[in-house]
Amino acid sequence: MSSMKPRPKPDVFNKGFWEAANQRQLTVQRCDDCAHSHYPGTPVCPGCLSSKQSWVPVSGRGTLLSWVRFHRAYWDGFREEVPYNVILVGLEEGPLMISNLLGAEPEDIRIGDAVEVAFETVDDTLTLPKFRPAGAVA
Amino acid sequence: MNPAFHKLKDRIAVVGVGNTAYGNFPHTDDYGLGAEAFRNALADCGLEKNQVDGLGVCRLPYYARMGEILGLNPRWTVQFPAHGRMSAMAIIEAAAALDAGLCDYAALIYANIGRSRRVNYGGEESPGVWDPFGFTSPGAAHAMMFQRHMALYGTTTRQLAEVSVAVRHHACLNPDAVMKQPITIDDHEAARPITMPLRLLDYCLINDGAVCLILTTKDRAKDLKKKPVMISGIGAREAYTGSSISNFNLNFWHDEVQDVAQQVYGMAGVGPNDVDALMCYDNFSPTVLFSLEGLGFCKQGESGSFVEGGALRVGGRLPTNTDGGHLSNSYMQGWALNVEAVRQVRGECGARQVKDAEVVQFVATTPCSRSIIYTPG
Repeated sequence: MSSMKPRPKPDVFNKGFWEAANQRQLTVQRCDDCAHSHYPGTPVCPGCLSSKQSWVPVSGRGTLLSWVRFHRAYWDGFREEVPYNVILVGLEEGPLMISNLLGAEPEDIRIGDAVEVAFETVDDTLTLPKFRPAGAVA
Repeated sequence: MNPAFHKLKDRIAVVGVGNTAYGNFPHTDDYGLGAEAFRNALADCGLEKNQVDGLGVCRLPYYARMGEILGLNPRWTVQFPAHGRMSAMAIIEAAAALDAGLCDYAALIYANIGRSRRVNYGGEESPGVWDPFGFTSPGAAHAMMFQRHMALYGTTTRQLAEVSVAVRHHACLNPDAVMKQPITIDDHEAARPITMPLRLLDYCLINDGAVCLILTTKDRAKDLKKKPVMISGIGAREAYTGSSISNFNLNFWHDEVQDVAQQVYGMAGVGPNDVDALMCYDNFSPTVLFSLEGLGFCKQGESGSFVEGGALRVGGRLPTNTDGGHLSNSYMQGWALNVEAVRQVRGECGARQVKDAEVVQFVATTPCSRSIIYTPG
């Protein structure tokens, strides 16, 4: 049952990310003073400790850095999906993101291949940023 | 190099070690197990209980309750969180406290009741930012690293199996160990998949038990029952950047462990070739490969071929986790491996004893990487 899957827990430091995701926009947090880009969100910039930071759109392009396949369901909500893939993506802008590969299985592509964001609507209040092989037809 | 570490060279000794049996003990709790390990460590060194004036506890819920149970009112107390990376961190903290005179005899007590209380290490038990994508558990993070290691360097799961097979061989020689059935590389390859590329035999055990180490200064150590085992080298480096992906590092903590290696070997005045036995934090089998590369036993990417042919067995090129480690002896989160290091230096290890073990190294390759070199006093 998909409703039993864990959901993001928006808080004061990451709600900008999830609001943008619901608008099908991938963002990372960027420092207004030194342009340090990072994800997840932080109360101050890890580069210069500034409190002035914004959620800024990124290209959505990245590289597959690694992947795994879960054969064990740690939540009931994933029980019917095992064995499912989880991927590690290095965004063009630097930050790393954990997500899932859509439109292909990781076994079919290679670590180092290009991927691009592909949004998956869960319900009215949640859209998850996932990825597909770059250039694949949506 | 941190010069303060040089100052600690050969000044602090481990004088007493103790452990409980390892297994599934619903009839007691973490305090009960901790008390038993403490009693065994006291008997090991011949110290009177009330001489202990320093108390460090790890994974025990509350230091004051542990002190109350043991009838201790020390002048130094530290509580360490229930994280696997804490063992050498705690030993180093105790060494510094002893050297500074904050206490004279420090007891470090670790207890774990994860088996009887059905701890899972993932899912709702440890909520995280990546949960909506189904990513959870330290094992999955290590699977993610090993997949990348395979892609970058051509490492194979049959090479990874060498780690599990060697430490199981050692567990079969250790009367205390939980797992005593020998395994083969083929058994490893056929084991139940958990988070691929890792299978069941790549994962540490989850069991109950407790461990205690008692440390004191070099001068005080002379008056105790057994020959002291000196802390001759210490190395430390954290990797907090990027740690929102818990227990993961894109470069296998290689830079950090290289830094640790420089510190620990520099301080002890030895190199990897001098190490008689390695006690390597093996929460998951790939950690052993990453540790061998970071410490310089082989170049980065070459650990797969390094471990082939039983290299990690007693009698092999680098006897590693001679007690059976976390994979097959007991999940005491580094603590039992430090005890094993002490026992190897003392020559107390029976069938699994490494001949003339004089330089025994502990390493934990984690977001807080640590290494300690133990030598005879």
